[in-house]
Amino acid sequence: MTDHVLTYMTFFPMAGMIVVLLLPSARHNLIRWTSAAFTVPPLLLAVWLFRNFDGANPGLQFKEHFDWIPAYNISYFVGVDGISISMVLLTALLSFLCIFASWGIEKGVKGYFALFLLLDAGMMGVFVALDFFLFYIFWELMLLPMYFLIGIWGGPRREYAAIKFFLYTLFGSVLMLLAILALYFTSEPRTFDMTELIARSSNYGTTPLAMWPFDRLGWGFQHVVWMALFIGFAIKIPAFPFHTWLPDAHVEAPTAISVILAGILLKMGTYGILRINFPMLPQATADLAFVFLAALGTWNIIYGALCAMAQKDFKKLVAYSSVSHMGYVMLGMASFTPYGISGAVLQMFNHGIITGMLFLMVGVIYDRAHHRDIEGFGGLAAVMPVYTGVSALAIFASMGLPGLSGFISEVLVLLGSWQKYPILTVFAATGVILTAGYLLWTIQRVYLGATNEKYKTMPEINARELFTMIPLGVIVIIVGVYPSVVLDLVRASLDQLNQVVIPHLG
Amino acid sequence: MDLGNLASLDFFYPETILTATILGVIVLDLVVKNKKALGIISIAGCLLSLWATLELYGVPGGWLFHRMTVLDNFSLFFKIVALVAAILVLWMSYNSREIDRVHQGEYSTLLLTSTLGMFFMASSTNLLMAYLSLELVSITSYILTGFLPHNRRSSEAALKYLIYGGVASGTMIYGMSWVFGIAGTLDYAGIHAALMQSDANRTALFIAFVFILAGFGYKIVFAPFHMWSPDVYQGAPTPVTAFLSVGSNAAGVAILIRFFFPALSQLGEGGNWMFLSRVEWPQFLLMVSMVTMTLGNLSALNQQNVKRMLAYSGIAHAGYMLMGLVVLNNDGLQAMLFYIVVYLIMNLGAFLVVVVVANATGREDIDDYRGLAWRGAAVPAVCMAVFLFSLTGLPPLAGFMGKFFLFAAVIKQQFYLLAVVAVLNSVVSLYYYARLVKVMFLDFPEASDGEVPMDAGAAVLLGLLCGMTLVFGVYWGPLVAFTNNSLRFFVK
Repeated sequence: MTDHVLTYMTFFPMAGMIVVLLLPSARHNLIRWTSAAFTVPPLLLAVWLFRNFDGANPGLQFKEHFDWIPAYNISYFVGVDGISISMVLLTALLSFLCIFASWGIEKGVKGYFALFLLLDAGMMGVFVALDFFLFYIFWELMLLPMYFLIGIWGGPRREYAAIKFFLYTLFGSVLMLLAILALYFTSEPRTFDMTELIARSSNYGTTPLAMWPFDRLGWGFQHVVWMALFIGFAIKIPAFPFHTWLPDAHVEAPTAISVILAGILLKMGTYGILRINFPMLPQATADLAFVFLAALGTWNIIYGALCAMAQKDFKKLVAYSSVSHMGYVMLGMASFTPYGISGAVLQMFNHGIITGMLFLMVGVIYDRAHHRDIEGFGGLAAVMPVYTGVSALAIFASMGLPGLSGFISEVLVLLGSWQKYPILTVFAATGVILTAGYLLWTIQRVYLGATNEKYKTMPEINARELFTMIPLGVIVIIVGVYPSVVLDLVRASLDQLNQVVIPHLG
Repeated sequence: MDLGNLASLDFFYPETILTATILGVIVLDLVVKNKKALGIISIAGCLLSLWATLELYGVPGGWLFHRMTVLDNFSLFFKIVALVAAILVLWMSYNSREIDRVHQGEYSTLLLTSTLGMFFMASSTNLLMAYLSLELVSITSYILTGFLPHNRRSSEAALKYLIYGGVASGTMIYGMSWVFGIAGTLDYAGIHAALMQSDANRTALFIAFVFILAGFGYKIVFAPFHMWSPDVYQGAPTPVTAFLSVGSNAAGVAILIRFFFPALSQLGEGGNWMFLSRVEWPQFLLMVSMVTMTLGNLSALNQQNVKRMLAYSGIAHAGYMLMGLVVLNNDGLQAMLFYIVVYLIMNLGAFLVVVVVANATGREDIDDYRGLAWRGAAVPAVCMAVFLFSLTGLPPLAGFMGKFFLFAAVIKQQFYLLAVVAVLNSVVSLYYYARLVKVMFLDFPEASDGEVPMDAGAAVLLGLLCGMTLVFGVYWGPLVAFTNNSLRFFVK
């Protein structure tokens, strides 16, 4: 059983999809409960994984390896290490909770849950895949269900948002495909095995190519491949200027899908950079990190925060706050210090939890008021005290209040980046102030002040909604007080990753 | 093995069976009352011929009929493709209301004759034979295109097809006359011997090849010989369109590869082909490939008719396939063969859905697909989405593997520009494929949109094609082995 734990975690939801498709489409509750049932085993296995994962071991654990297409050296190869373990846990948890956040879906229930489970399988697959080909399949596999989930069950401009998301991501992933093929044909003997490709990282040429503009930039083969992969990942993060799909997709997507988008999909971008760009192309990483990770990340922090401040739509505000918070991840990983990089990975985890909560929080009032206009509320604290309490927890965590998880990761990132980029860090730190600004202003406008007459009788948050938010809130507090629960899992692998790149720094 | 007329007949069973079926259908047409039965008899004949073809697959190969045609795995591969296409299209026709209105006996006869022409296109090793086989396919295609009685579009399409076809084959035969003049023979082996050694004028040869390419390119539908295809695809009965899009496309690829590879190139180390020295052929094909895919995709963006959109998408796919020629090696050719099989499956699938919808609505505009998934036609809508995403090249569908092998071949030979143009084209193509998906799933039907029922026969065929699209997306090993074996040319 435990030999194939990652395979079970990946394919259980897929089996669930098939079961759901076979159920009669009129039995809505049966479909919902079945879907929930199929996300429980991955969650339990995730808990088991958490207990049994050896944080001191920097290498890959729980590996499974089968030949798939031997003629092309394509294999089914999965495993986890410190880079992916936190993401695997996050995926299992959020997938489970989001089934309950989707309970209110009434249209095409069967299709929704079937697609959701397929999405779940694709996401898990991305984080555990160690074969480049397999990774790409899972990466693309997520796109289709996401397109339909936004496009069919989304808001008024759902079609535009869905196709925009699809086109952006496909654009990035085809560049990634070319990069994968280029690496494949450079390797000898040819392989898609990521660990093999990483072991041969010194083979990828760094001498500038004799072609404009690469000769002027001094970019070799390695840099071009790095860039192709980076664009693919940057679109997912989303890094400026590829971020414009995100507000649209978030605003139109149903609540649970927003949670998945912000909580898990965005992490795939930064995860991909850590998993692939860093160890496989260390020289290019060292050369390009300042501009494309550190500076762009800082810009993301400030730009995202300023955009968030200007939003009138609550969900759009949370979406832009994601752009801002993902900037910390980019800045942290570019510092190549133990603080910075573990702060980055912790921030990925924390942001998944916190933004998940924020989107659930917006979903609660949207379900009741059917609008998300920040100015349209006011004084909700008097009407819905419990809801306001949980929301405040999420908002303060997002703001980086000490004692809550967001604080730890932001501080670690800034500590790490200070050692390498002091000026950028000063700018990044101003992002913290801007974040506090727009979030406090939001609390004031939505929860405090005079109660809006229209919402005097708004029902309090119900048990199901609380059930989706409370586990996240508990994690926010636990990680905020005792961050080692996550940091101990990731530290060894990340230190090793740093050591791969550091020798290449000029 | 160089066989004469009578000895060749032992290796001629597939063609013989097909010819017998054609004649049988003509005769039975006079006596059989239920014309639908003729379609079934035709399918039976094709299956028999397919069995004979598979029996021959893997034999050592040789010249037949005094070097007019050749027997090798490569030609047998394309015969199998043509037969499979014919069988599937006959099956599709059986479930098409559009075809119900035409004369069944003649329809089946013409379709089978066209298939027979494709057999010869795949196997001819003589310029004269190549020309005749191409014309056999073309002429039957013109008639099939104009087969809808009292339909102006259909007649117009047929006339356009005929005029373009006439010009293209005239150009081609002119080019062939140049080659004959330079090489002194019509026989491929003779041409090979004459040109590989001699120091013939390269400019003259280049011009001759471009002329010949006009004829082949018109069958494969690449720019600038593509003008006919949107009108013909839209005007022709849908099953005929489906047949043209996969059958004559494949046969065109066969005749092109046969002429430019075994006849004009020398197979070197590691599966690399050396084309005639000092003829800048790959660069020329590279340009044609890039222009074709870009033009096809950009033109498809704004189409309102599904068949017309699929016509432009077919042009784009011809451009993708050409990438396999540019690299001049067996990897590229194998990727092309793989792509042909995959394209056959997914494109026929897409046209089958067009047939199903047209059976119910009588029309083929994108608007007629509005909310298809919610109009009692969830299965065809889901299958159509699978085919369209497969055409886009998304994993884990077969179309992705097709493109994957093509990209791999191109990147291996370091044609990075071509690879980048091709992947960007894939992104562009997503837009129009997804637009149809959007209309089917994301839009909701209006009161005037009726239900779209589906016959059992069409459902089975649809399930088959959809299943193959999914299976070849994750388990393509046997298909790769098959295309690999099929890359065996008999040269001497």
